[in-house]
Amino acid sequence: MSTPYFEFLRADLAPGLLEGLWVSIIVIVPSALLGALIGLTAGVLRVYGPWPVRKFAEGYVSLFRGTPLVVQVFFWYFALPYIKFGDWSLVLDPVPAAILSFGLCSGAYQSEYIRGGLNSIKRGQIRAALALGMTTRQAVLNVVLPQAFRRALPGCGNEVIYLIKYSSLASIITVNELTGMATTIAKNSWRNIEVFCTLGVFYLFLVTVAGWLLRLLENALSVPGFERPKA
Amino acid sequence: MSQPSETTPILEARKLIKVLGGNRVLDCVSLDIGRGRVKVLIGPSGAGKSTLLQCLNFLTPPDSGHILLEGREVDGASKKELCSFRQQVGMIFQDFNLFDHLSALENVRVALVKVKGMSKLDATERAIAELKRVGLADKATHYPANLSGGQKQRVAIARALAMDPKVMLLDEPTSALDPELIGEVLAVIRDLAQNGMTMIMATHQISFSASLADEFIFMEKGRLVEQGSPAELLGKGSSSRTQAFCSKISELTGDSDGECRL
Repeated sequence: MSTPYFEFLRADLAPGLLEGLWVSIIVIVPSALLGALIGLTAGVLRVYGPWPVRKFAEGYVSLFRGTPLVVQVFFWYFALPYIKFGDWSLVLDPVPAAILSFGLCSGAYQSEYIRGGLNSIKRGQIRAALALGMTTRQAVLNVVLPQAFRRALPGCGNEVIYLIKYSSLASIITVNELTGMATTIAKNSWRNIEVFCTLGVFYLFLVTVAGWLLRLLENALSVPGFERPKA
Repeated sequence: MSQPSETTPILEARKLIKVLGGNRVLDCVSLDIGRGRVKVLIGPSGAGKSTLLQCLNFLTPPDSGHILLEGREVDGASKKELCSFRQQVGMIFQDFNLFDHLSALENVRVALVKVKGMSKLDATERAIAELKRVGLADKATHYPANLSGGQKQRVAIARALAMDPKVMLLDEPTSALDPELIGEVLAVIRDLAQNGMTMIMATHQISFSASLADEFIFMEKGRLVEQGSPAELLGKGSSSRTQAFCSKISELTGDSDGECRL
């Protein structure tokens, strides 16, 4: 009664999922960049910031690591519009709301890796930089951060892999990314096994490409003393 | 301001006091050094030699006291003044503190570009010249992970020299080195001294430093206990504290005699 799998894939499933894949990429790439930026900033502030700023950054991390991502997504999409600033309130479209949720959550985790990387750099190098006449800021930007970033990169990359997978949560606020498209196709076709298995393959593909890109980045930044341990 | 005269000390410290963890690590220490002079700090571990050197360029800010560069007092609270002061005071550390992610060349170049605002081209040229001076022109592209301890310390010296310091502070520059690597670093330091670089050096290499120091300063418990020329302090029949300390070191290292005699 039903068409064979490859016929179904060609006619319905693949075109739908490819459309969803594009939306997923539109969500994932800005979220990852936003997360990296926030993570870098929060990580540096947590180690070198003045006391109040450090506390603020720590508060941010505990809040966004300590609550479920679904709750955060719901907050930015469903609750934010009800917060009034005078007569004005902020209503986010689904895609920006998803990017904001993922970026903020990802940043909280990224900052942990960055913080660990920063703390692993010996204090003496900062002293040497200061002794050359650098300001603390120059020492952090030119000496500590480039090294900390290399140390943190494997962890940060791992976080990007997680991000790719939790981007599927965007479907619950009506973003028609991969998972959203797959659910719709499954509902209409009743071919759940084929749809969700194929969906899994799409994510596997995304993660594989991301892993490959991260490896390229690691290799590009590799210098003696900071190389990836050989297996 | 009038030109600093020949007799104005390049660097002068007045009544430095530093308390760390309840201990008076520096107990009212004053010293000054004139152009082209070499002063050597010796004394037991914990005497305050490192702290003194670090106070001299405010890496460890002194609790009280004054520091003067060519007769002008340095305001340790002003970041701008501190940065310009530190450019004129080179510092060499016991454990080198090279920037691990930068090649030897980039280690020497980075402050020239970022602090002195030199163009990359000029800075590169200068960095290569300084590496040549310490005999490491062929290692310019090597990273610290691929350099020996002696080579790292020579890169660190090149890095400090590139800033054209008026005085160099050396904090036990050979203490972290394997014995067979000490010679190459000492050779560079000797070369600097012979070319008229003003230096204050903490070291345990007493016989080496006796050959180039104008003055030995023996430190103990945060004070300058004895000061004088190596000949005075180590000469025959001298009953100085320095002599006694030096004999002890020689005994430990197995050099029966001669080490402390001139």
